[in-house]
Parts: sequence; structure tokens; C-alpha cells
Amino acid sequence: MTQFFFDIMAVIVIGGALGVVLVRNIVYAALFLIMSLMGVAGVYILLSVEFLALVQVLIYGGAVTVLILFALMLTRVKDLKENLDSDQRPLAAVAALALLGAFAAMFNQTDWPRDIDQLTVVPFETIGTALFSRWAVPFEVASGVLLVALVGAIVLAMEERGEG
Amino acid sequence: MEVVSGGVSLQQYLILSSVLFSIGVYGVLARRNAVMILMSVELMLNAVSINFVAFAVYTAPTLFIGIIFAIFVITVAAAEVGLALAIILRVFRNRGTANVDEISTLKW
Repeated sequence: MTQFFFDIMAVIVIGGALGVVLVRNIVYAALFLIMSLMGVAGVYILLSVEFLALVQVLIYGGAVTVLILFALMLTRVKDLKENLDSDQRPLAAVAALALLGAFAAMFNQTDWPRDIDQLTVVPFETIGTALFSRWAVPFEVASGVLLVALVGAIVLAMEERGEG
Repeated sequence: MEVVSGGVSLQQYLILSSVLFSIGVYGVLARRNAVMILMSVELMLNAVSINFVAFAVYTAPTLFIGIIFAIFVITVAAAEVGLALAIILRVFRNRGTANVDEISTLKW
């Protein structure tokens, strides 16, 4: 049963990702990105980490894709028919396939550490407790990073008035 | 923390994430619009997160550092998207294009 759902999620994730990199219309690519990222949320549920699945839906499905669609809207050029791919496409395909081959070789040569059909369910509250006790300092630093990045984004994107 | 049968082996998650990462690499190299490149980077970040979480729940469940790290990856990805889109907007306003191969002033 899990295998069945895993196959569905894998098809959604990989299909969406292929849509992002191959499709001609840039808005469709953004919508394919949503599909792929929601598939990743499903993968998190299969891994029984529901917290991350929720975070994934909220942040990627809600915030990031809306931001990307806004950027697409604001940077749109007149003709949507322009070529989205650069000339190095075949080279890019070769590089990606070479990377995939390297990963496959790595899987074959690795001795896997223990019985890897068993997964441990980490409960919600354990993650929360750890995040606010052992990982409290990194957590605060991450919030600082977000704050600085968002203020910086506003400053960068702001219209300059009266300066040239 | 209870141990359950995963139903799917760890390797399958790793294969999924490596395929996703490779697709992201292809997108970064093959697209010329900066926003599209950013979307491909998001795919790569998600592939890495799947890897972290799969390793955490399958091999190191008492520490679950992988899950914590995936949370930080998502946070940094959100910050990165916000900043990068602001920069792309700025470049578009100055140069009238968001294609990375036309923004070549610094190229020797």
C-alpha cells in the first residue's frame, strides 16, 4: 500500500519537475512547480513527518509560488513566445545525466548501515521540544536571517524617488 | 518513538531525490530566464530536504537532526527566494530583461 502511494507521489514529483524545466510557457512552469512541491509534501507524509508536510504546503504552496508568480508578472516582456532555453541545452542534459549516473554508481557501492525497511515515527511534540531547547540558538539565528532577508528584499525592490 | 515498517525502502527515497536533483541541475543550466533558474534551484533544495528527512527517519531516529535541518533548509529557501526575486526585479528595471545571458556586463 505504501509502495502504491509512493509511486503516485514519485510520478507527481518527477512529472512536475520535468514540467518546470521543459514546458514552454513560463506561467505553466510555475504551476508545475506547485504540483511538484505538493508531491514532496506527500513524500513527507509517507515518511511520517507530518509537521514538515504542513510547513511545505504553507511555505512553498502558499508563499514561495505566489512570490514567483508575482515576479513573473512584474518582469514580463512583451512577447511570451520568446525562447526560454539557452543554447547550452544539450550540454546541460549531458551534465544532468552524468550527475544521475554518479548517484546511481554511489548507490550501488554503498553498504547500507542497518535494516533499512524500518522507519521511526518522530512525534510532533518531540520535534517542537528539540527545536526550542537543543536547537534554540540556530532557530533564533534562522529567524534573524529571515528578518534581514525580507527587509533587504523590500529595500532592494523599492522605487527610488528623487535620486536619478 | 515507535518503529514501524516503512513499506518503502530507503533507497527508493534516495533515487527519487537524486532524480529530482538532476532535473533541477538541468533546469539551472538550460533555462535563460532568471526566475526559471530560481524555480529549478527550489527543486534542488527540495531534493536535498527529502534526502535529509529520509536518512533521519530511517537511520538516525533518536537524533532526528535531518528533520531539524530540513526545517532550516525551508527557512533559508524562503529568505533566498525573497531576496533573489527582489534582485531580479531590480535588474529587470535597470536592464529591461531577466535573461541571464543578456546580463553580461561583468563578463570578460
